[in-house]
Amino acid sequence: MYVFTLCVRYLRTRYIALASIISVMLGVATMIVVNSVLAGFTSEMRDRIHGFLADVLIESRHTEGIPDSQAILKTVEDAVGEYIEAATPTVEIPGLMRFVYHGQAYPVPVMLVGILPSGKAQVGPLRQYLVSYQPSEVDGRTMPPLRSMDDPVTWDLTPQAMERRRFEKASQWRQLEQHSLPERVDRPASDTMPLTPPQFDDDPAVQATDAATGVNAATDAAAAGPSGAEQPEEAPSFVDEVPLDILSDGAAAPVDDTAPLPARVFIGEGLISYHVRDPETGELQKVMMVDPGQDVTLTTVKSGINGRPETVSFDATVCDVFRSGMSEYDGNLVLMNLEQLQQNLGMLHRDSDGNIIGDAVTSIQIRLKDYSTADEVIRRLEQAFPPGLVSIKTWEAKQGLLLSAVELETAILNVLLFLIITVAGFGILAIFFMIVVEKTRDIGILKSLGAGSRGIMSIFLSYGMALGFVGSAAGVTLGLVFVAWINQIEEALSWITGRRVFDRDIYYFDSIPTRVDPFMVLWVAAGAMVIAILASVLPARRAARLHPVRALRFD
Amino acid sequence: MSSAVKMTTPLISARAIQKTYVTGEHRVRVLRGAGLSAMEGEFISVIGQSGSGKSTMLHVLGLLDAPDVGEVLYEGQRIDDLSEKARDLLRNRVFGFIFQFYHLLPELSLVENVMAPLMIRHSFVSWWKQRRQIREKAMHILECVGLEHRLKHRPSELSGGELQRGAIARALITEPRILLADEPTGNLDAETGQDIMGLLKRLNEDRQLTIIMVTHDESIAGQAHRIVRLRDGQIEKTTLAAAM
Repeated sequence: MYVFTLCVRYLRTRYIALASIISVMLGVATMIVVNSVLAGFTSEMRDRIHGFLADVLIESRHTEGIPDSQAILKTVEDAVGEYIEAATPTVEIPGLMRFVYHGQAYPVPVMLVGILPSGKAQVGPLRQYLVSYQPSEVDGRTMPPLRSMDDPVTWDLTPQAMERRRFEKASQWRQLEQHSLPERVDRPASDTMPLTPPQFDDDPAVQATDAATGVNAATDAAAAGPSGAEQPEEAPSFVDEVPLDILSDGAAAPVDDTAPLPARVFIGEGLISYHVRDPETGELQKVMMVDPGQDVTLTTVKSGINGRPETVSFDATVCDVFRSGMSEYDGNLVLMNLEQLQQNLGMLHRDSDGNIIGDAVTSIQIRLKDYSTADEVIRRLEQAFPPGLVSIKTWEAKQGLLLSAVELETAILNVLLFLIITVAGFGILAIFFMIVVEKTRDIGILKSLGAGSRGIMSIFLSYGMALGFVGSAAGVTLGLVFVAWINQIEEALSWITGRRVFDRDIYYFDSIPTRVDPFMVLWVAAGAMVIAILASVLPARRAARLHPVRALRFD
Repeated sequence: MSSAVKMTTPLISARAIQKTYVTGEHRVRVLRGAGLSAMEGEFISVIGQSGSGKSTMLHVLGLLDAPDVGEVLYEGQRIDDLSEKARDLLRNRVFGFIFQFYHLLPELSLVENVMAPLMIRHSFVSWWKQRRQIREKAMHILECVGLEHRLKHRPSELSGGELQRGAIARALITEPRILLADEPTGNLDAETGQDIMGLLKRLNEDRQLTIIMVTHDESIAGQAHRIVRLRDGQIEKTTLAAAM
């Protein structure tokens, strides 16, 4: 009983013990906060990586793809049909995207991904990554999303994008009418730049001269009329099998030139935007260089005659902007309608009548009913496909390096933070030695009253445990409160220091993601208590071994 | 009064005790074969110069210190070679200690200090069951020593005489058979010292409590039944006190 009474009494009267409680508390709180934020980041990142990658991927080992998506899907269905929720074919090929902003051409490397929107939406989240499904902020006001979440993902333009497209086409006509055409042929961009409004992106003449140098004659011919100027860009897209760089005659001009092109794309936001720091408010602002409704030029490679790579270029209308939050995707991906991409790459196989009899794809994305069956699915798929033709991986294996890097980071941070708690443990050790020295006479008194060495030892052990417990409890509370209010705390810190601690525009997060794992909290608290007890073992043994007479004489 | 002393086996006795303290290079032979025994109900004072070994004698008797040579008997049975646990138990149940510097625990209030030996004796559960009785007992004993108005005070708030009376109350709560007092009046003025002596004598008479008291003060020593003189670690002589 005296163990308990004295332990509680020492806890209440020794203020020096507060120091060790605080150090344990801070260590525990730090560990909980850091672990929660890291776990939040990791799970958010996993969601985003996973979101785009589906569960299992069957990938062709080369860019020409594996023939006949229907046959592959049939094979997949036969092999692992019972585990699969959905599967969709895609074509992935690196390419170059070129767009015009303020009269300047911007070619950027991209990864072109041909998808079927409905199928893609089944294997993973797609809708919520498209900007037209997200609320937007205009001049500080939040605008409702352009599309409802119930709308299926299609390649249609939103009415707003159509409006922008019509407006731009009209302003292009006006530009063309105002300027005398011969001047435009040589350096149209620099001439028109000061006069053109920012939206004047798709100057067809720029594209014509850049994409097809040496065909000035065609441009000249087209210069005879406004419809002719548009002709070199639009025509190839409407004529199947005709690559863009073979300019056709202007006679085949379409009636409605504001109609979207057959090739439609969702462009990753990072590819077509940049951030500017507002000189007055100091806040980062995003500037979009291309908006939905405008056209871009895509260039990629297909295998031509005798298997030699041949470049292929075509124009595409931007339907939407893609924002997943993973810069790796947003700064790289251009999602395109699968069939148009296959056609431009020559992946559609036709019979003599022109009917499609098969198509090649470079990968199949599969969503499983239960991800825990992934290993079994992969094993079966590997048997179903001839080795060497495809590689079959889970999304985790595909992004393994990134994920394991984050895991390693978490592990190292945990080791370092646990060292902090160990430091707190050494603090307890030192403070306890002091308390034992201070209490030497009391220990002698207790022994003279009949207390055993064991009892004396357990006073100090329980004292250490109590310190650890109180410190852990306070630390857990502080940590959880900190995690719960982390965004407010971040805002307060930003306000105090005058600079943003966590820049949402850089990290793509609206708020700091956190995830509290109860087991983690339990482990941290238990670890802190174990350290506190271990630290009190040595002083407690010393106290227990004190000779009662010498302890009584101690002054 | 001597009729009250039963002339059978001594309640406690020490035989031929030798004890040497080693501090660094120095070897101090504190006790050189001293012996002492007390009958039940006897009040003995041990007197001697500083360093004569009288305190060590008391510690050996109370099992706080082990003799190098010699033995300690309690009701005729050797107790100095018992296990640590058994010796702890005897200290808790048979012996009561009071010291020159009172040695109350500063974190506990007076009544808690008095209850401390019973806290040590009882486990958490049995303490909880008997906490009322124990508290009442402690208050009763404090009343006996005249401290009923000081229950909640910390030792730092009490005077020397009050502290010593508190220490006596703490020694009595276990209902010991032997009270070992180490210079109980050494730190008090003459008048307060006399109060304490009066209390001890009353306890000896009323409860037949065996008291062995160490002192260097002849007038204090003279109030006991018997005076044992220690010199250089040996018994010089034993005299019956004139005052009795």
